[in-house]
Amino acid sequence: MLNVAPWRIWLVIIVTIVGLVVASPNFVPQSYRANIPVLKDLKPVNLGLDLQGGAYLLYQVDVKALEKQQLEAAVDDMARVLREAKPRISYTGRGVADGAARLRLVNPADSPRALKLLSDEIATDVQAGGFGRTEKSISFTQTPEGLIEGRFSKTMLEQSTRRAVDQSREVIMRRIDPGGVSETSVQRQGIDRIVVQAPGEQDPETLKRRIGQTARLTFHLVDHNVQPQDAAAGRVPPGTVLMPQDDAREPFVAVKERAILSGDDLNSSNPSFDQQTNEPVVSFKFDGRGARIFGQITLANTGKRFAVVLDGKVITAPNINEPILGGSGQISGNFTPESAKELSDLLNAGALPAPLAIVEQRSVGPGLGQDAIEAGQVSTMIAGVLVLVFMILAYGLLFGGISVIALVVNGILILAAMSLTGAALTLPGVAGLILTLAVALDANVLIYERMRDEAKAGRAPAIAIDAGFSRAIVTILDANVTHLGAALIMMSLAPPGPVKGFAWTLTIGVFTSVFTAVLVTQLLVAWWFRAARPKKLPIQ
Amino acid sequence: MWPLIKFLPEKTSFKYVALAPVLCTLSLLACLASLYLMLVPFQPPCAGLNCGVDFQGGTLIELSTKGEEVDLGKLRTLLADEGVGDVQVQAFGDGDAVMVKFETPEGQNAAAIADRVKAAITGELGEVTFDRTEVVGPQVSNELLWKGVIALLSGIALMLCYIWFRFGLTFGLGAVIALAHDVLLTFGLFALTDMEFTLVAVGSILTIIGYSINDKIVVLDRIRENLRKYKKMPMRDLIDLSVNETLSRTIITGVTGLMALGVMAFYGGEALFAFSVAMAFGIVVGTYSSIYVAAPILLVLGIGKREGAQAKVSEENAVQLP
Repeated sequence: MLNVAPWRIWLVIIVTIVGLVVASPNFVPQSYRANIPVLKDLKPVNLGLDLQGGAYLLYQVDVKALEKQQLEAAVDDMARVLREAKPRISYTGRGVADGAARLRLVNPADSPRALKLLSDEIATDVQAGGFGRTEKSISFTQTPEGLIEGRFSKTMLEQSTRRAVDQSREVIMRRIDPGGVSETSVQRQGIDRIVVQAPGEQDPETLKRRIGQTARLTFHLVDHNVQPQDAAAGRVPPGTVLMPQDDAREPFVAVKERAILSGDDLNSSNPSFDQQTNEPVVSFKFDGRGARIFGQITLANTGKRFAVVLDGKVITAPNINEPILGGSGQISGNFTPESAKELSDLLNAGALPAPLAIVEQRSVGPGLGQDAIEAGQVSTMIAGVLVLVFMILAYGLLFGGISVIALVVNGILILAAMSLTGAALTLPGVAGLILTLAVALDANVLIYERMRDEAKAGRAPAIAIDAGFSRAIVTILDANVTHLGAALIMMSLAPPGPVKGFAWTLTIGVFTSVFTAVLVTQLLVAWWFRAARPKKLPIQ
Repeated sequence: MWPLIKFLPEKTSFKYVALAPVLCTLSLLACLASLYLMLVPFQPPCAGLNCGVDFQGGTLIELSTKGEEVDLGKLRTLLADEGVGDVQVQAFGDGDAVMVKFETPEGQNAAAIADRVKAAITGELGEVTFDRTEVVGPQVSNELLWKGVIALLSGIALMLCYIWFRFGLTFGLGAVIALAHDVLLTFGLFALTDMEFTLVAVGSILTIIGYSINDKIVVLDRIRENLRKYKKMPMRDLIDLSVNETLSRTIITGVTGLMALGVMAFYGGEALFAFSVAMAFGIVVGTYSSIYVAAPILLVLGIGKREGAQAKVSEENAVQLP
């Protein structure tokens, strides 16, 4: 082992130099690096939210609401298919209950034909699992009570949830970071969750308001057949619903349940001011199809009212004074300039496909993060110096010094690996770093103790050094494999955050520790031995 | 006189195993006590542990004012008015910083309540800084609890598999029983001191598992090596010899680890305190259990068959090797 192969020497030298360069942004200020081509693009270690301050928000997509929306659409489809059937199949009640879309046939004898028609017209094949296996997206059966019901397959529901989560993710990104410049990350977690991590975010409330609103904008016709006293008593015909409004004179508006247009049909919207009253409004422009439909409907319903509904609440329900054929309009409704801008931003980013609920929220103010950084720096420094002094005291300037060099290289490599991978350094991660360095020393200690044992048994220094390395390495590998196991378990189970950062630091530390304790130490000891040719080990 | 390593006696011959019956009994009692502290009162989800919001759900808010003392009584009334029950209010710093912790009332959205409470606090106290807010919904806290349990169990199982693979089943069982002992006692520490048990605590216990098994490997490795070297030595002497041989490594590694963790406990701030203390405790217990739990179990579990051999350990015996 004392004859170190040249490739090992080069490996150690190259890795150390590369490590030093990659880690340099952590201790060389930006102003010095800016002029050096290789260095200027490197980044220092990414600090976790607990050190930097910021917000972590975990959202859950309301799967039930999503399923309900889809079932409602399915009921509409079913009704259409039966109406268009030749001869027509008549049905009575229709609705959504117990996770199924249901309707009742007037004539039970129609049911075989209805089932076949529905299955042919509505169900599509969806891929279920691998191997090209497919299943029907929705299956139709007759219940014992004689109802026709449609149920989505599990795969179909899962796929639509995934789609909804992906869409929500995109909408959220557009809402909070239209330019794509901030460091906020929005990621899917599991099947139905979304994690938003916003480092440095000082005001999680604003962030939450911007993300959490479904912002589903719909346009409905007002049902003029409902008398005010009926509306007050909650009596409305089927197909009409009462929607709340922020207006004491008319707290509820009876509108047709079916939306004529929605936010999806908008091309763009802007905050602006009404030309006559000068109050803040949100102006919008429909896309081609939307403009056509809006034109037709306003033409057919001139003199009546329509309602602009946001997330189930009426914002405004104006009169249609004349047909609106240009495809643009404005929404007025007690806006401030700020809230008008907020709404138009939301409309531009699009609606969330399903409501989101916060299931976990963690935020750290910048002051606390700063304190934590200082505490981490101070304790790392003191612990580092103490350990170094102890090692030199214990093993002397030479062997102690060698382990100190190995340790410093180790620290640099960990920093480099963390800077390179963009892994976040968290407060427990700082502790993990210190601990890793302390445990890395164990490898040096094992090697030295082995050498001492061998020397004690009467072996010549060269043989003792050799045997010390080759025997200790097995133990060192064992120890590091177990550490790695513990770290990987943590990594796979911990949610993004401090503990995951800790696991990352440990994992990186295992690899760098084996590298430095074995290769770097060996190289240094071999160099020393060839230069000094000692008769006796200094630790003997 | 320097390096210090020369101070450590070249060869120690402490009789560790002689103390084993007493210490094993003590360990067993300590484990039972820990189990008791950890489980009583039998109340889900955390029983005797002081769970943080991670595992229990609820809200934790840390706020500070600009140097004004916060009236805790007023804060409590305020929280009661907001309809949250089971509130903990605690001042720290110079009384200008407060930690508020409460459970989410049944059937309500945790984040919405936290927002309401924060708004109410701002309304009452004027300008405050919210240094930390943690809101964990019931579903997430249940998941985190399960993940924590799974992480610890799979950690121990993984170690068992590895040691089994490397050292055989008897050694593996010895090491894992010792490991379970370390984990139990660490839980006992959390229950006894009422330190907050969080995700980070689970992380620290997993790290203790890693460190402790590392320590056991060093001792077991030496025992196995000596088993081959001294074919006739009785097991108890062989264990004593092996522990003595690895003693200087145990001391140096233990001291460096404890030193680093001690510094973190003192200078690392409140956030790292529990973590460092638990880890330091784990190092001490892990080192102890390598010697007094893992090794004696080997005696009980059958490697002790060599007990009948007559050879006595002696200086010559130890050194006369090729």
